[in-house]
Amino acid sequence: MKICVLVKEVPDAAVEKRINPQSGRMDRAGERNLNPYDTHAIEAAMQVKEGGVVEVDEIVAVTMGPSTAVRALHKAVSLGADRSVHLSDDALAGSDVAATGYALAKVLERESPDLVLLGQQSDDGECYTIGAVVADHLKMPSLTQVIKMDVSEGSLRCERQAEYGYDTVDIRMPAVISVGDAINEPRYPSLKAIMGAKKKPLESLAIADAAIAADRVGEEGSKVVCGSFKAPPEKSGGTVIEDENTNDTVEKIVAWLDERKLIA
Amino acid sequence: MNADILVYALHYEGAFNKNSLGAVSEAARLAGELGSEAHAVVIGDCPDELAASLGGYGATKVFRAGDAPEGLAQPVIDVMASVMDEGGHGYALFGGGLLGFEIGAGLAARLTAGVTMEVTSVSVADGGLTAERPIHGDSSISTSRYKDRGIIIGRLNAFEVPAPGEATASVEDVTVELSPWSTQATMVTRGEARGAEVDIEGADVLVAGGRGLGKAEGFELCEALADALGGAVAATRAVVDAGWYPYSTQIGQTGKTVAPKLYLAAGISGAIQHKVGMQASEHIVAINKDANAPIFEYSDLGIVGDLNKILPKLTEAVKAKKS
Repeated sequence: MKICVLVKEVPDAAVEKRINPQSGRMDRAGERNLNPYDTHAIEAAMQVKEGGVVEVDEIVAVTMGPSTAVRALHKAVSLGADRSVHLSDDALAGSDVAATGYALAKVLERESPDLVLLGQQSDDGECYTIGAVVADHLKMPSLTQVIKMDVSEGSLRCERQAEYGYDTVDIRMPAVISVGDAINEPRYPSLKAIMGAKKKPLESLAIADAAIAADRVGEEGSKVVCGSFKAPPEKSGGTVIEDENTNDTVEKIVAWLDERKLIA
Repeated sequence: MNADILVYALHYEGAFNKNSLGAVSEAARLAGELGSEAHAVVIGDCPDELAASLGGYGATKVFRAGDAPEGLAQPVIDVMASVMDEGGHGYALFGGGLLGFEIGAGLAARLTAGVTMEVTSVSVADGGLTAERPIHGDSSISTSRYKDRGIIIGRLNAFEVPAPGEATASVEDVTVELSPWSTQATMVTRGEARGAEVDIEGADVLVAGGRGLGKAEGFELCEALADALGGAVAATRAVVDAGWYPYSTQIGQTGKTVAPKLYLAAGISGAIQHKVGMQASEHIVAINKDANAPIFEYSDLGIVGDLNKILPKLTEAVKAKKS
């Protein structure tokens, strides 16, 4: 079987996130890295491949984004993907979630995967909804926030937490599965894998290569009109204590609690 | 297309989800301003009386797809797309919750609609809806308008649930043929509560633990402090999914919503998914070794330090203070 993993490049968590007030888009400058949630999806793919229950022919990392997104693909390959596909086109800039999902689905159609995996959410603008959008375009069953996935020939048994507790769901493949971060502990890439990542095949696609309709992507093709941005109501910041001497710190906490009559 | 709003109302074991009731109420309020109607969709085994009770929250009509399977998103997408196509609804609204995210996103793909998630406020302007969504750790709020149909997915607890009125909604049964891919997933078991049943919603004091505890045994530190303070112990989704603590103690998105007098968070970074479940607490104290943890942005007292050093001494000090 073939597994495609959708990955994304996001600003490094340590970098202040900003929105360009002119365009209303995320400011893409600054340090970038592979979305940490996506490493769990790659690890899940590797565990299917190494599990020996089904034969995995290849794992393909797929991303959409500007030229810098190649770094996220290199990281994905260093973590185990066999090759990668990069959808990059100026026409895609400003795509909303629905347009992004449509474009990614068109790229995935070219690959005809048996299983599409993705992380539960991304750290920046988008949210954990892209899997459901992609699945509807691909006409595949889908489940998000999966924390346990057992694969057998042609189907998956998945567990996840929903509104009323844990659900166990059987799904026929091909399928689109978003994994939660509790599903596994992603491995660290070996130095050899990092060095070799740039030598693995990387295919670059423009929208025409994936038969993506230009009028369905980008700002024009997006159905959400992003309006103004405003600051949230100001909340008075709390007191912060750096713990240097724990006895002093504890004394301060107890005094603070006692003042508010919280130690009954 | 009209300005009617369709809401998915999730029910389980004879009662509607609180977030669904909030969404129905919000849709009714908005429909009132738009001069349109709020309708709801229910799936599976939903008795007449229960379905009609949504009228008390402002829905005028309830579409019931009795044959569709419960608990999975894709059959609901089929039903809602069909109802919206026939009824011409311009909007769909969802309360906070996992299924709403999945259904709303899939519906946006199906109807080529615009979708906004994690919405905290919806208003009417120029005859249409505007959704507000906090982004980037709540540091900014973005607004969305829609070129065609709009799908709005609320954040957990975003929409208030008023006391229900006397009105009842008319219930219309619909039969929708499910898409072939919607029947490829089947529920094996639903709503399994893992671990012991613990009541955290009634506690005045909660000591909550997260990944920063390092291992399941780290909760012993929380339990000792909770004992000293006369409270209970709660947990984040990450540690519950990891099997460190019972499901019944989970706070946040898909978990419980609490508002104790004191919420003491140990080793919790405080992502939005957690914040929505505890931000109404009267006093929030956070202990975390990472000074950049988001929880410090909304805690009243923050301590940057090692919880393994602080918690045991704090427990002793609280005991000493009480005696």
